[in-house]
Amino acid sequence: MVQDTRSDTYPLRRRDVVKRLIQGNDDLLVIAGLGSTAWDITSAGDRDLNFPLWGAMGGAIAMGLGLALAQPDRRVLVITGDGETLMGLGSLATVALQAPQNLSICTFDNERYGETGMQVTHTSGKTDLAGVAAACGIPVVGIVRSDADLDAAVPVIIGTTGPVYHVIKVRAEKLDFVLPPKDGQHLKNRFRQALLG
Amino acid sequence: MDWWRQIFAALKQANVRQVVYVPDAGHAALIDACIADAEIRAIALTTEEEGIAVIAGAWLGGVRGALLMQSSGVGNCINMLSLASTCRFPLPVFVTMRGQWQEFNPWQHAMGETVDAHLVTAGMQTQTAMTPDDVGHLAKSTLEQAFTGGEMAALMLHQSLMPVKTFDK
Repeated sequence: MVQDTRSDTYPLRRRDVVKRLIQGNDDLLVIAGLGSTAWDITSAGDRDLNFPLWGAMGGAIAMGLGLALAQPDRRVLVITGDGETLMGLGSLATVALQAPQNLSICTFDNERYGETGMQVTHTSGKTDLAGVAAACGIPVVGIVRSDADLDAAVPVIIGTTGPVYHVIKVRAEKLDFVLPPKDGQHLKNRFRQALLG
Repeated sequence: MDWWRQIFAALKQANVRQVVYVPDAGHAALIDACIADAEIRAIALTTEEEGIAVIAGAWLGGVRGALLMQSSGVGNCINMLSLASTCRFPLPVFVTMRGQWQEFNPWQHAMGETVDAHLVTAGMQTQTAMTPDDVGHLAKSTLEQAFTGGEMAALMLHQSLMPVKTFDK
């Protein structure tokens, strides 16, 4: 298989994007898929209302759904990778059926499996995750490729009646690990304490 | 009382507000009751493992959930169970059994005969209801194991509780 390198030069950098989405939005309830996106949200500042997954690949979007339905008055943002999204594609259909208005999902799509050696994912070829989400019936769908796209997308991701799904095409790059706490019970308890008191 | 009504009553008593499921003949009446209930959000899944993550998210948000599935669905769940076990998300599961009694379809045996071993190996507490009289108190116990004990807990519902599926033969 030919190694596709187009994402090596994508202009958007994941650590900049994540700051645009989270910083200043202190009320956001954030779930991140395992691997790079868990390090990304932590790089924007570890916070009690972050739940970074260290495993359970394919579960981030479904977890966001349960949280969004449980907390309909709070905005829930799932940030996950293309590989993690691909492993739980069916959850996009499950989200569309439930249609929580307060749920936004962003796939940071670098077209690679970052934690296992930057092997290409299916999105480096023909697969269009935004097209999948739209076909599943998610009403607000977008693809972000540039700073201008991001400027337009941020208010949609943070505030538009959902469910919202965006693919954010980010550069394939190996970055420093910025690790969140890895004790799952601690992550769960601090999130609930901050949210529920 | 029908066995499924006993589970429904236990779910209501435990204040379960998200019931996640893959459509299933054995659970059909219970699923319909959950869909009809004003307080319960009934959430259809594309695969059972989604349900484990949905219930974990609900718990993060202060809401209790329960998973309904068939024995063949257990195999779809194994890695996702690590989310519940590692973080101790309460996870009550109700499993209708196949491959156990008057089974027409030999393809159901592989999972049906190994469900208990798979779940126990994954760290789940398991109980089995053999008769309708078992169901109510074991359902209550399963929900207590989950929500009071912070555990993964499954109640397996023996195939003899279900209608026999004959494929019109």
